[in-house]
Amino acid sequence: MIEARSLTRRFGELTAVDDLSFAVAPGEVLGFLGPNGAGKTTTMRLLTGFLAPSSGEARVFGHDVERAPRQARAALGYLPEGAPAWEEMTVRELLAFVARVRGIAPAARRVRLDHVVERLGLAPVLDRRIETLSKGFRRRAGLAQAMLHDPAALVLDEPTDGLDPNQKHEVRGLIREMARDKVIIVSTHILEEVEAVCTRAIIIAGGRLVLDDTPQGLAARAGTDGPTAARIDAAFRALTAGAGHA
Amino acid sequence: MREVAAVFRRDFAAYFATPVAAVFLSVFLVLAAALPFQLGRFYELGQADLATFFAFHPWLYLFFVPAVAMRLWAEERKSGTLELLLTLPLSTAQAVAGKFLAAWTFVGLALTLTFPMWITVNYLGEPDNGAILAAYAGSFLMAGGFLAIGSCLSAATRSQVVAYVLSVAVGLLLLLAGHDLVLAALRAWAPAWLVDSVAALSFLTHFQAIARGVLDLADLLYFVLTIALWLAATAIVLDRGRSR
Ligand SMILES: Nc1ncnc2c1ncn2[C@@H]1O[C@H](COP(=O)(O)OP(=O)(O)OP(=O)(O)O)[C@@H](O)[C@H]1O
Ligand SMILES: [Mg+2]
Repeated sequence: MIEARSLTRRFGELTAVDDLSFAVAPGEVLGFLGPNGAGKTTTMRLLTGFLAPSSGEARVFGHDVERAPRQARAALGYLPEGAPAWEEMTVRELLAFVARVRGIAPAARRVRLDHVVERLGLAPVLDRRIETLSKGFRRRAGLAQAMLHDPAALVLDEPTDGLDPNQKHEVRGLIREMARDKVIIVSTHILEEVEAVCTRAIIIAGGRLVLDDTPQGLAARAGTDGPTAARIDAAFRALTAGAGHA
Repeated sequence: MREVAAVFRRDFAAYFATPVAAVFLSVFLVLAAALPFQLGRFYELGQADLATFFAFHPWLYLFFVPAVAMRLWAEERKSGTLELLLTLPLSTAQAVAGKFLAAWTFVGLALTLTFPMWITVNYLGEPDNGAILAAYAGSFLMAGGFLAIGSCLSAATRSQVVAYVLSVAVGLLLLLAGHDLVLAALRAWAPAWLVDSVAALSFLTHFQAIARGVLDLADLLYFVLTIALWLAATAIVLDRGRSR
């Protein structure tokens, strides 16, 4: 269970996340939508404890992210926006480092490494330095790092950004599969992804909750006919028109 | 502990993944050997000891150690890996300790590689090897002090250049506080207790005491405390950054 309770984050004058509350249970894939600058990344940083909230709280399986950061983070896998990684490390070294910090036992480490490498098609680049990877492989290495410890909850900031259509399909399948017993939050600008992987969608604009509904419910708001993805698109634009800012 | 060891290992390996290590080590070794010969008249003094060699260490570290330290946090912040590191299940203190120890070991390696100097003086005469060992220990501790300062200032900015300049400035202040010229100027008008307090703040005063071969607990404690304080400050700066 990941919970946001009146989560608020200010940067000086700007309120990037404004009194946001929601809860996501295992088995759910929450699609986090909103125009550029809506506060998606900031919310994810609050959920993972990279940023401290100005007020309100975030909980991961009951652990307050501020007061019990270690327990909260141990239960989480996180792909930060842009999939940052140490450029001079190879993919294998990156995964070994994360496994060590997370205290995955050496025997389990092999099994998990093989699993994520297989699922994300990382075998061909396993011993390449991250600085030499294409955008898609870098993103996949970031996903591998987040999934390595088989976490109970995943927070993924634009996980399919930069992937080719085949890999997008693969990663969506992977997310659906993992969703069976995990809590997953993904942010995305690709609205067809909402229909493809999410059981629920939250739209925020200007840091505030605009809508919390199923993809079908969201599509219904378009008030038009046609394919679900197109209707989600129309509903998104209607709900967030004029809300985009820096 | 596991977390500190993992961070240590990653950071230490990172030095050798790029030409950075080779460049740093060569420059350090060339300067460490050249300064005593060129400026310190190492040979002409005709003494078989390393006093002139160690006398240059504070000034060598003043410029060298901030160059190692400036990358510590500024680079992680700029490249976004800070977000990856600090959202892993480890405390800020553990991350600070792991990165500091890796950098300190790296500087320690540079210092260790000056051993031919030690062999040379043993070849030339009969130096007090106990005193030399003490001076090496003092030098290593002092390097840790410079490094801890650099770590804190690197955490405070995302620009490595700013981190470097600030670290050199703070280091210079701490050295000058114990320099003869400064203390003499101070003595002209200030009461003795003030002169002593200023001198007691300086890296120079404590290092020179150790370099003379006198391992006084107070001098060791001074460096250990300096390191601990600046590392604590590093963790505070990083944690404060989360709410700003
Ligand atoms: N460290 C910061 N300091 C000041 N302002 C910030 C900081 N981080 C984010 N902001 C501001 O907070 C707002 C929300 O940013 P955020 O990155 O969360 O948006 P987003 O929804 O992830 O956008 P995108 O879709 O472009 O990724 C923006 O106006 C941004 O400029
Ligand atoms: Mg974002």
